[in-house]
Amino acid sequence: MSENPVREAIQEAVAEHPVILFMKGTPEQPKCGFSARTAAALDALGADYAAVDVLPDPRIRQELSAISNWPTIPQLFVKGELVGGCDIVSEMYESGELAEVLEVKPPAGAPDEAPAAAEPGAPPLQIQTDLVDRP
Amino acid sequence: MPSPRDIQERIEAAIPGARAEVTDLTGGGDHFRATVVASEFADLSRIEQHRRVYAVFGADIGGPIHALSLQTRPE
Repeated sequence: MSENPVREAIQEAVAEHPVILFMKGTPEQPKCGFSARTAAALDALGADYAAVDVLPDPRIRQELSAISNWPTIPQLFVKGELVGGCDIVSEMYESGELAEVLEVKPPAGAPDEAPAAAEPGAPPLQIQTDLVDRP
Repeated sequence: MPSPRDIQERIEAAIPGARAEVTDLTGGGDHFRATVVASEFADLSRIEQHRRVYAVFGADIGGPIHALSLQTRPE
């Protein structure tokens, strides 16, 4: 059994998914306005991403912040690197940098300003159960 | 419960030459928005600029300060 299964599961998830958002709630049912706004920016660009709800187990948030040296949720990782939280993602959305980093072309109807709320889209990634129950 | 003024003073005291404008987003004393301008940001990436400001507050972020929304730029 590993020393720190939660940390390892987070690191594996970040390594495995080129775009992964750690958030409060899910893209369909965000539990915080900042998480909602970040997920909505990804949805507006039509990006494929994995989402992890940090709320079911406080250790996810604790270990995530220890790994990323970033104190708040949400946190967006692209290709294993922390891109930022809601403020940076929103700024990057508006400047066009987010689409560049994600290597997507913004859909014709994508708004210029970062969206205010999440739209249903990306399926949440159910790794929290693994995080809790991993032997 | 910190006031916007407290947040501003802590940032300006910790980062030499920084100027901060802080608003209380909800009026509840725990969700703030800060715009911070500092010359030392010129050498830092955006994510490092935000880390620098978050570091001023340590464990208070996520504690008494539930959210600190940031906009940072070099002088």
